[in-house]
Amino acid sequence: MVDKTKIPLPQPTPETAHFWAGTKNETLKLQRCDDCNNVYFPPRPFCPSCASRKVSVFDASGSATLYSYVINNRPHPAFDGPYSIAVVELEEGPRMMSNIINCPQTPEALELDMPLEVVFESMSEEISLPYFQPATSDSKSSDSRNQ
Amino acid sequence: MRRNSVSIVGAAETTDLGKIPGLSQIQLHADAALNAIADAGLKLSDIDGIATAGESPTNLSHYLGLVPTWVDGTSVGGCSFMLHVRHAAAAINEGLCNTVLITHGESGRSNVGRSAFRGGGRSTIPGQFEGPYGGMGPTTSFTLPFLRYMKDTGTTAEQLAMVAVVQRAWATKNPRATLQTPTTVEEVMNDRMIAYPFTKSECCLVTDGGGALILTRAERAKDFPNKPVYILGTGESVETPMISQMEDFTTSRAFRVSGQKAFEESGITHKDVDHLMIYDAFAHLPFYGLEDLGFCKKGEAGAFIWEQNTAPGGSLPLNTNGGGLSYMHSGMYGMYALQESVRQMRGTAAAQIADAKISVCHGVGGMFAASGTIVMTNDPA
Repeated sequence: MVDKTKIPLPQPTPETAHFWAGTKNETLKLQRCDDCNNVYFPPRPFCPSCASRKVSVFDASGSATLYSYVINNRPHPAFDGPYSIAVVELEEGPRMMSNIINCPQTPEALELDMPLEVVFESMSEEISLPYFQPATSDSKSSDSRNQ
Repeated sequence: MRRNSVSIVGAAETTDLGKIPGLSQIQLHADAALNAIADAGLKLSDIDGIATAGESPTNLSHYLGLVPTWVDGTSVGGCSFMLHVRHAAAAINEGLCNTVLITHGESGRSNVGRSAFRGGGRSTIPGQFEGPYGGMGPTTSFTLPFLRYMKDTGTTAEQLAMVAVVQRAWATKNPRATLQTPTTVEEVMNDRMIAYPFTKSECCLVTDGGGALILTRAERAKDFPNKPVYILGTGESVETPMISQMEDFTTSRAFRVSGQKAFEESGITHKDVDHLMIYDAFAHLPFYGLEDLGFCKKGEAGAFIWEQNTAPGGSLPLNTNGGGLSYMHSGMYGMYALQESVRQMRGTAAAQIADAKISVCHGVGGMFAASGTIVMTNDPA
């Protein structure tokens, strides 16, 4: 659906390199504060809640729900027709922007709070982007809930 | 700041608004500045403080031939000018300067001499974590929280459309407004879809223009040709450059912090407010503004506007120039909201509110990223 050559791909920085190494290996990395247990995103080497520098990287479950979105109707060089730009709420708490894929790009198909799961799309040798799709039935287990 | 210690003694927009291919961006600043200086009966050499956004204060000072002793280049988006007013008031009270010029100019439509887009590069945090997902700037970022707001509050698409209808009703009274033909909820909802659920009529105009303000100590204000407008209270804040990281999609933290500060400083209650401006780059912003500033309870702004409370003849006249949806929107609209508040306090607005004594002017910067709030009055007491 996406013309990979027309997407401005992220350039990792020292503070975010672990996240992009993670997506390349098909894992979604989050960070948790070792002092106050706050789980946060985007990556940074300290806790934005209590300022502790003692933080750990862990694998998120990849489960999320649809928090909000728009369907862009204006032409974009990388997209074919109207497409969703969404904010998803990860099972662990943080929210992130993404596109909802493998799903009709319509208000009827995109229901707020619907369960989603992460999928990774290789865009270049260095970068795989996390996207989200409607959850398949066997991915709804919340046993891996971290909070 | 101290209430009523500083006043606006000069205010003007560019001679023309709308489509101005004959002026570059810096000349739009200069045109507005010269108009405001004439409005105040001053000379350029009387200006010793300069604040601007979108153009560097260095470029502007050199272009105008100013020698400032106080400079503010705070640039946090379209509400930068509200922050400039607040900072200028503090600087004047501290004696850093006497007479401050605040300018805006933007060739938003014609793109003549416009400074290069300084959006985030691909290694910035927004560039890495929002950049790859096909955002088209404000039309997709600013609007993104609204489906969540609708679901959580029960606000309807019809109520969103009514915002555009009511503001057009104000614009029909304003000969300088870009769009002056009345419209309907049906027309707004059937307009071209830009970013679902927002149609074109629910997105701001894209125009050229500018505006400028001149501030000085209140005790000097009576010596100027126009009715002085006093700064009663001010507020400012920022939240996040990434829409995805906004704390809560149904309320703006920056709005709440800035608004509360301005109300506290001014010592007014909501009942005291005769006139209100809420920066409306998109039709949902008045909902957030009315609720986050405390004029409406959470989720009630849609019905409040639907019932014509903010329309001509209503109890709380809002965006009386027609707003960013119908008056004009060059990109950094905050200056035009300030200009309309000044006109209402001077008694010179096209759609003048009779006996209005207090105006609240609330701005947004970026996409819910920043906020500034100014409370003005024409009552020197």
